[in-house]
Amino acid sequence: MKKATKDNLKRQGAGLLTASPFLLPSLAGMVIFSLLPLLISGMISLTDWNGLDKLTDPDFFQKHFIGLDNFRAILTSKEFWNALGNTAEYIVLYIPSMLAASLLVAYLLSRPRRGIGFFRVIYYIPVLTSWVAASLIWKSVLAPQYGALNGILGFFGIEGPGWLLDEHWAMPAIVLVSVWKDAGFFGLILLSGIVGINKTYYEAASIDGAGGWTKFLKITLPLLTPSIFYVLIVGMINSFQLFPQIMIMTGGGPNGATQVMVERIYNYGFRYYRMGYAAAFSWILFAIIMVFTAIQMKGQERWVHYDD
Amino acid sequence: MTTKKKRNTICFYGVAIVLAVIAMIPFLWMISTSFKSRGALMSIPIEWIPEEPTLDAYIKVFSKFPFAKTIGNSLFISVSYTIITLLSSSMAAFAFAKLRFPGNSLLLRCYLATMMIPTQVTMIPLFVIMNKMGLISSYASVIMPSVFRPFAVFMLVQQMRTIPNDFLDAARIDGANVFQIFGKVALPLCVPSLATLSITTFMESWNDYLWPLLMLTDKDKMTLPIALSTLNGQYATEYNVLMAGSLISMIPIILIYIIAQRQFKDGMMAGGIKG
Repeated sequence: MKKATKDNLKRQGAGLLTASPFLLPSLAGMVIFSLLPLLISGMISLTDWNGLDKLTDPDFFQKHFIGLDNFRAILTSKEFWNALGNTAEYIVLYIPSMLAASLLVAYLLSRPRRGIGFFRVIYYIPVLTSWVAASLIWKSVLAPQYGALNGILGFFGIEGPGWLLDEHWAMPAIVLVSVWKDAGFFGLILLSGIVGINKTYYEAASIDGAGGWTKFLKITLPLLTPSIFYVLIVGMINSFQLFPQIMIMTGGGPNGATQVMVERIYNYGFRYYRMGYAAAFSWILFAIIMVFTAIQMKGQERWVHYDD
Repeated sequence: MTTKKKRNTICFYGVAIVLAVIAMIPFLWMISTSFKSRGALMSIPIEWIPEEPTLDAYIKVFSKFPFAKTIGNSLFISVSYTIITLLSSSMAAFAFAKLRFPGNSLLLRCYLATMMIPTQVTMIPLFVIMNKMGLISSYASVIMPSVFRPFAVFMLVQQMRTIPNDFLDAARIDGANVFQIFGKVALPLCVPSLATLSITTFMESWNDYLWPLLMLTDKDKMTLPIALSTLNGQYATEYNVLMAGSLISMIPIILIYIIAQRQFKDGMMAGGIKG
C-alpha cells in the first residue's frame, strides 16, 4: 500500500516534470496577464489612487484605502445609470436587428445558387474592416448635410436627421453601423449551424408537402437554436463592451447620449487618471456581464434544442 | 412549377443583391470621397462621383503620416502575435490533451474561467505593469499578451484529443522523446485547426484597438487602427483624408483574405473570436 502511493507520487512527479516545459509559457502568461492584474485591479478598486503614488509603497494602502466608496459613488452617480441606460437602448435595438440580419445572411448563403461565393465575399468585407476604419467611413456616410445616407434619403424626399449629432438618433446610428459590421460575422456562424442540420429532415418534410417557409420555421429555426444561443451570448457580451465605434464616431456625445461603460472606464482611467474609480467601474461591468450571461445560460433550457 | 421556380430565383437574387448593395455603399462612398478635393467635400448637390478627381488626400496622408512604416508595424506585430499564440497555445494544449499530470482538468477549467474576464478589468493594472517595466510604446507590450490565449488553447485541446493515442505510442516505441512526439506527430495532425486559428488570431491582432491605443503612443510604433484614430483627431472633418487613410488601411487585410479565403471561411465558421 505504502509502496503503491510512493510509486504513484513518483509517477505524478514525472508527469509534472514532462508537462511543465509545455505549460510554462502559457501559465506564466496567465499569471502575468490575467491573474495578477485581476488581483491588483481588485485592490486598486478599493482606493482613491490617482496613478501617481507608487503602488509598491509600504504605506500605499494606509494613504489611499477608501473601502467601497468608489462602488457607492458609481452606483449613485447619474452618469453610471445614463451609461447603463444607453447600453440598454443599444442592446434592445441591436440584438433583434443583428439576429434578423445575420439569419438572412446565413439563409441566403446556405442556398445552392450560382454566384454564392461572390456574395459571401461581399458580405464578409465589413467584418474584415477594422472598427476604426469602419467608424471613420460611417462618420462620413452619416454626415448630416454632405453625407451619403441623407443624400440617398433625399432621393426619396426624406429629410434625414443629424444622426451622430442628434441626441435621439446618435445611438440608433451606432446600432446601424454595428449591425452592418457584424451581420457577416454572425451570419457565418449561423451558416455553419444550418450546414450541420441533417438533410433527411428536409427530405421527409418535402414528402409531406411542406413549403420552403414552413421548412424554415419548423426545421431550420428550431435546430439552429444552439447556434442562435451562441450568437446571442457573444452579441450580448460585445454590447456591454461597446467601445471603438463610440470613441471614433461620437466620443460619448452628443450631450452624453452615447456614453457607455467602457468609454467611461477609459476616460476615468487614462484621461482623468482616477485609476481607483475606473477599476471599480470595470468590476461593476464584469459583474453585470456575469449576471447577464448566467441569466442567458439558465434561460437556454427553455428554448434551445439540442439534436443528439 | 417553372414560374414558381423563376419567381424564387428572382426573389433570391433580389434580396441577395439588395444586401450586397447595403454592404458595399459605405465602401463606394469611401473610394469616391477619397478622390475629392477639399472643396468638393461640401458641394451641394453631392458629387457621387468626383467631377475633378484628385490625389490630394493620398498625398496628404502619406506626407503627414509614415504610412509605409505603420503598415510594417501592423504586419510585424500581427505576425509575431500569431506565431507566439500558435506556439504557446499548442504546447499547452498538448500537455492538457495528451500528458498526464496532477491537476490537469482543474487547470484547464481555470483557463476557461479566465475567458470570462473582460479586458477592461485587467487593463489598468497591466498598464501599470508595462509602465513599470518600461515597455510602453514598445512592440513587446502588444505582442507579449499572446503567450496566454485561453480560447486558442481550448480550441487546440479539442483537436489534439481526436489524435489516437496509438500514434503517440508508436512514436514513443520508435524512440521519440516527448518533444519529438509533440513536434513531429501531434503538431502536424493539428494543421487544420492551426490554419484557421492563425487567420482569426491574425485578424484580431490586426484590427485590435483598445490595448494598442494605450500602449503605442509613439508615432513610429503605431499600428494602422491607432494611426487612423490619430488622423481622426487631426482631420476631424477632412473626410477625403480620413477616407484615403481608411482605404489604405483596408488593402493588406483584403489581399490576405483573397489569398486565404478558405481558411477564413473555416475559421469564422468555427466561431468564437470577434474580428
